[in-house]
Amino acid sequence: MATTITAPPTPSPSIVRELTRVERWKARGPLLPALIFTILLTQLPFALTLIYSFMSWNLLSNKPPQFNGGANYLATLQDEVFWRSIGNTGVMTGVSTVACIVIGLLLALLLNHSFPGRGIARTLAITPFFVMPVAATLFWRSAIFDPGFGLLGWLARQVGLPAVSWLSEYPMAALIILLTWRFTPFAMLILIAGLQSAPQDQLEAAKVDGAGPLRQFGSILVPHLRPYIELAALLLAMNLIQTFGEIALLTAGGPAYQTTNITYYIYLKGFNSFDFGLASALGVAALLITIALILPALRLLSGIFQKEGRR
Amino acid sequence: MTATTTRRAAGVRAENHTPIRRRRPTKRLKNTLMGLGGWLGSLIFFLPVAYMLLKSFQTETDAAEAMPKLLFTPTLANYAGVFQAGFWPYAINSLIVVLASTAVVLILAVPAAYALSIRPVEKAQDSLFFFISTKMMPVAAAIIPVYVIASALGVLNTLGILIVMHIGMNLPLAIWMIRSFMQEIPEEIMEASAVDGATRWRAARSIILPLIRPGLASTALLCAVFSWNEYFFALNLTNSTSTLPLFMQKFLSFGELYTAHIAAAATIVSIPVVIAGWMAQKSLVRGLLFGAVK
Amino acid sequence: MQIGPQRTKAVARVLAVTAAGALIAGSFTACSTDNSGAAAAGDVTINVALAANPQMKTAESLISDFEQKNPGIKVKFTTLPENDLRPAVTKDVATKAGQFDVAMMGSYEVPIWAKNNWILPLEDYANKDTAWKKDDLLQPIKDIVSADGKLYAAPFYGSSSFLFYRKDLAQKAGVTISQTPTWEEIAAAAAKMDDKAKGTSGICLRGLPGWGQNLASLTTVINTFGGRWFDENWNPQLTSPETTNAVKFYVDLLRAHGQADAAKDGWEGCLQKMSQGTTAMWYDDTVFAGSVLNSATPEVKANLGFAMAPTGPANIKSGWLWSWGLGITASSKNPDAAWKFISWVTSPDYIKLAGQKAGWDSIPPGSRTSTYDLPEYKQATAAYAGLTLDSINAANPKQPTKDTVPYTGVQYVQIPEFVDIGDFVSQQIAGAISGTQSVEEALQKGQDYATNAVKSAGYLK
Repeated sequence: MATTITAPPTPSPSIVRELTRVERWKARGPLLPALIFTILLTQLPFALTLIYSFMSWNLLSNKPPQFNGGANYLATLQDEVFWRSIGNTGVMTGVSTVACIVIGLLLALLLNHSFPGRGIARTLAITPFFVMPVAATLFWRSAIFDPGFGLLGWLARQVGLPAVSWLSEYPMAALIILLTWRFTPFAMLILIAGLQSAPQDQLEAAKVDGAGPLRQFGSILVPHLRPYIELAALLLAMNLIQTFGEIALLTAGGPAYQTTNITYYIYLKGFNSFDFGLASALGVAALLITIALILPALRLLSGIFQKEGRR
Repeated sequence: MTATTTRRAAGVRAENHTPIRRRRPTKRLKNTLMGLGGWLGSLIFFLPVAYMLLKSFQTETDAAEAMPKLLFTPTLANYAGVFQAGFWPYAINSLIVVLASTAVVLILAVPAAYALSIRPVEKAQDSLFFFISTKMMPVAAAIIPVYVIASALGVLNTLGILIVMHIGMNLPLAIWMIRSFMQEIPEEIMEASAVDGATRWRAARSIILPLIRPGLASTALLCAVFSWNEYFFALNLTNSTSTLPLFMQKFLSFGELYTAHIAAAATIVSIPVVIAGWMAQKSLVRGLLFGAVK
Repeated sequence: MQIGPQRTKAVARVLAVTAAGALIAGSFTACSTDNSGAAAAGDVTINVALAANPQMKTAESLISDFEQKNPGIKVKFTTLPENDLRPAVTKDVATKAGQFDVAMMGSYEVPIWAKNNWILPLEDYANKDTAWKKDDLLQPIKDIVSADGKLYAAPFYGSSSFLFYRKDLAQKAGVTISQTPTWEEIAAAAAKMDDKAKGTSGICLRGLPGWGQNLASLTTVINTFGGRWFDENWNPQLTSPETTNAVKFYVDLLRAHGQADAAKDGWEGCLQKMSQGTTAMWYDDTVFAGSVLNSATPEVKANLGFAMAPTGPANIKSGWLWSWGLGITASSKNPDAAWKFISWVTSPDYIKLAGQKAGWDSIPPGSRTSTYDLPEYKQATAAYAGLTLDSINAANPKQPTKDTVPYTGVQYVQIPEFVDIGDFVSQQIAGAISGTQSVEEALQKGQDYATNAVKSAGYLK
């Protein structure tokens, strides 16, 4: 399916070229404000980050910033916490995304059928996504995860199990639970949209042919849902990679940096230890790794979604 | 439709008991189970919010108890405490930042999406790519230069810097979403709007915009939600002139119990967004659905 | 169906754009809600950054008293929790961003910031302001907010550390807590008072990572066990036998009889537990005595006892020394007005005012001798005021350890690099507390990190 619409054909070659150039600029016009804004806001700071990363600049030492070659990069590569934070980022993002999609799909299937009070049930289910994350995190921390005061501890004791010290023993799990709780509704909404647009005729045909619900699911729904799942996964990953507030307020990145992701680590180095040079180097390193991992996936996905989008 | 055929079939084949009787209750059972499952799932997700609501009306001493107290004397003291702690300036700031940044995002995103879908520029894919890639980059990498520049320009601790950062944060998502909605507009309408230069803008406005209205609404809603809840920039670039997420931090009070107060504050700051989300969920789903309706 | 709503939406969009434009243009000025009303000529607004504690909240609520006495000066407060106040203010003074005129700063920051010329010396202001009574300040507290003998911050409150305990639970378990206990006694008492069935822990100690959180308590234990952070030549001593013993003691005590999920509790968590009665003892800052009594359940309130900070084998007095002070940032455009505010909120008159208006157990303690002479204060705080004063006077930041050290500071090391080192080590300790790694592993990692840090900072040759 063609995605471009070419300008109407024009008569002679020289006039074609000029018109086309003017045409081209006119076509670019609407794009330019957004493009220029984004370039200024993102590329300029990144360029500065690159510059700072080659400097030795610690606010607390009160010495003026000095060029120090690749010393910050060397320190970063040797920094065990840096590598751990990269790993943590991967785990946090990956597991939460998968969990959100799986649970979201389950919920979407359940909430797509009509049953009494479905509207209300759906409304209740999407609430976690809209509650302010800072507020929700603080509340979960003291009223749900706390083994002494919290709900989970109480429930465990009722059933006779020992209360789990979530934030000490399973901090990553606690974080993932919180993130999954917050983002599943979002995935669910996208997948409900997908389910509602499922090709009913194909489903009917399959039912008549005697295909059971599992078979219907597997061979019709899943391929149909694929772009929706991929869209959801991409949007979720985009948000989850930047997780900051939940980490800062739930575990402070610990214990022993077990839940520090790259965003939080850069924040710690930059605005806690005030080592601007090192934090910038960390930023650049994080950027490069993210580019290496994400962009190929992005290309693939945006191509697929575009193709599927046109009907 | 299948139910009636089954019923009619039941009337015809009354002698042949087993298959029919097994078929109908199974289907109803399945529906009931699915319904129950749906309710269970929803309630599980809603439970922490309900618990938060519950605690917000308890005294701090009650709230500090592990056992969920369902019988207690409710109090509004926590809510009063929140409002007395300087809630309104922060709330107004949040409102300003959200409205301004979302409005500007839409204004920038709609033409950009247009230029990337209906009348695409060359290398449209690359531009789109570029926008989305900015969203995936760790924002923490850019915060230091942003802080330094903002400090030099003297715009630290203003709403303006937050508005600018929120626009940058939401713009790629908005462009992407609006673009996909635009892509769903049937070819014939697009042909019509691509005809001649002078009326193209007007044609675009009066034809395309109405068609993507649900999409615009859901995009605006998502941007508003992200902006309202945004914490990282607020934390690092502002302090006294700031938004509600930073206000929440006051409840990490020194030397005081805080669970019930946090619950009350959390409820208050979440109410606008939750209500907006509830009201707009249909629009959100339709907006995302819009792409697939033939 | 489409036209009506569409046009309304279009109109709404235009309005929104215009409004947004106006707002954006206007919002680039840091306009305060106070200024718009009091924009008279000669009116000065000072921005004050504070930690969110009850004493400061009281000050905020009494601000009309200041404004009456100082017409023409308006005060705008920014309140943040302690952990966020530090980075916010540090960022501001270090980049000279000028967001604050007055900032609350800890005794750790004052000498460092003074040396960097990020804050103004207050010596002249203090000397000229005789009503402020500079000599009334408690000497040890005055010393830690000064640099080179000059005052750089006015102490808002001063504190040390001591032990909180439940007299009734001690009696029930058959233990006696002496007024000058040893850590050995306390560990034994914690074991006896620990009641897992009831959900009461024997003791609550800070476990939360942060150089000002778990490391504060832990460092005092290290000191009193004979350990230290660095030797005379700046070799880190984290893996020395004394330090290892101390840390092992702390971690083992916490894991055996401390609160559950200890690595997530800073003083906030322990304070909640102490006042709700879910812990029998708590070792922490003297300033919390008033807060605990305020928010405690009746059972706890009636049975709360206090004792000096426990000592270890090296028999060193282990109470820490801390002060939150108010300083004037070097980038302030209104230093004179700033001093007037500082002078008001740290003066003996203010303390009397706060006591009358807010109650005597919520005034800022530990800053002035005159506070401890007030009959109302003595009466309201009889249980802990004397101990607080004794603890403050017993602390020795210049020589906090058994062997000599090249640094000052009781519960921290007074060098700029300590935030970084401390945060790292505290994370590793939290790992040991939560059982993720052994104490030896945590200390070895801390040792390596500290060695690198002091080498690259130039302390260690």
